[in-house]
Amino acid sequence: MLSQIRKKKYLQLLIGFLIGITFGFLLQKGNVTEYNVIINQLLLKDFTMFKIILSAILTGMIGIHTLKKLGYIDLKPKPSYIKTILIGGLIFGAGFAILGYCPGTVAGAFGSGSIDAFFGMIGLILGAGIFASIYPKVKNKYMKKGLGKVTILDITNTHPLSSLSIFTISIIIILYLLEILGK
Amino acid sequence: MNWLAYASWSPYIVGFLIGVLLCFSFLFSNRGIGCSTAYAKTSGIIEKLIRGKKVQKKEYYKKFELKFDWEWVLVFGIVIGAFLSSMLSGTFKIEIIPKLWLKNFGFNPFLRIIISLLGGILVGFGARMAGGCTSGHGITGTSQLAVASWLATIFFFLGGIITAFILYYIGGIL
Repeated sequence: MLSQIRKKKYLQLLIGFLIGITFGFLLQKGNVTEYNVIINQLLLKDFTMFKIILSAILTGMIGIHTLKKLGYIDLKPKPSYIKTILIGGLIFGAGFAILGYCPGTVAGAFGSGSIDAFFGMIGLILGAGIFASIYPKVKNKYMKKGLGKVTILDITNTHPLSSLSIFTISIIIILYLLEILGK
Repeated sequence: MNWLAYASWSPYIVGFLIGVLLCFSFLFSNRGIGCSTAYAKTSGIIEKLIRGKKVQKKEYYKKFELKFDWEWVLVFGIVIGAFLSSMLSGTFKIEIIPKLWLKNFGFNPFLRIIISLLGGILVGFGARMAGGCTSGHGITGTSQLAVASWLATIFFFLGGIITAFILYYIGGIL
């Protein structure tokens, strides 16, 4: 049944579109499509974005690992090239603060009427194009060694349940602290 | 259905629902939620329109097909979803300069547009170099406990926090 659904091309496009609509709806209701909310998060004045991300990770982590255990899905971790992740991550972060949106929230901000977000999206297309042009150089220089597509469960020798419990408890503690500190 | 018209929902409820949505995405589409691939595809498609088929030969574009597909309709959906949400709550507003920017850097629409373009270029470049964005790494990857994604997410926010402090505290004084 699931594999049938996953194979149907047009149905998949419809599902992707519906997931996008729901995601955009939720981002807007969470107020993270607002420049002010994102910048105040980066200035450590308003923790709305951290709260949303951490509760999404908590729910997603438990859900995904349960579905995996039941045999319904496979994990798809991205490969770990430490150098490109560190350099790219910092460049992304700098742009994130300058633009005031990330690739998902910028689309939501545009949908809520922000014209600056529209120019941000054009910038994003240009930036991705620039990276595509220099990709062969980056690949030769920085992407030779990597850890591969690994999860924290693969590199720790403990039972998956203990790692998952540690993450669950840590996230709940962080959320609790954010709630106290925020007042 | 009054709650659909609320201007904001609790961040915990929003986060929980995004987590559930992510599970649906894995179940029905065999993939997580990620946004930055769509921009790379769009750039490839536009380049192909201008420079022709040889663009397809670029090493980077061999990694994925240059056409409007799942990732692309996802980002298109985000625009529509946020539009619906803001219309329902009456918060939809055409705006060039956000409030916080206005307070610190004054009313200069041209400056805000140029800075948005520049910021966007860095975000697009950085996301592709790091292999994902705040959704692909920050939510989808971290939920799977992927090593790459936890590292990337920490560096996204580290870079973001440092830059925001420079912009708003040092830049604000000058």
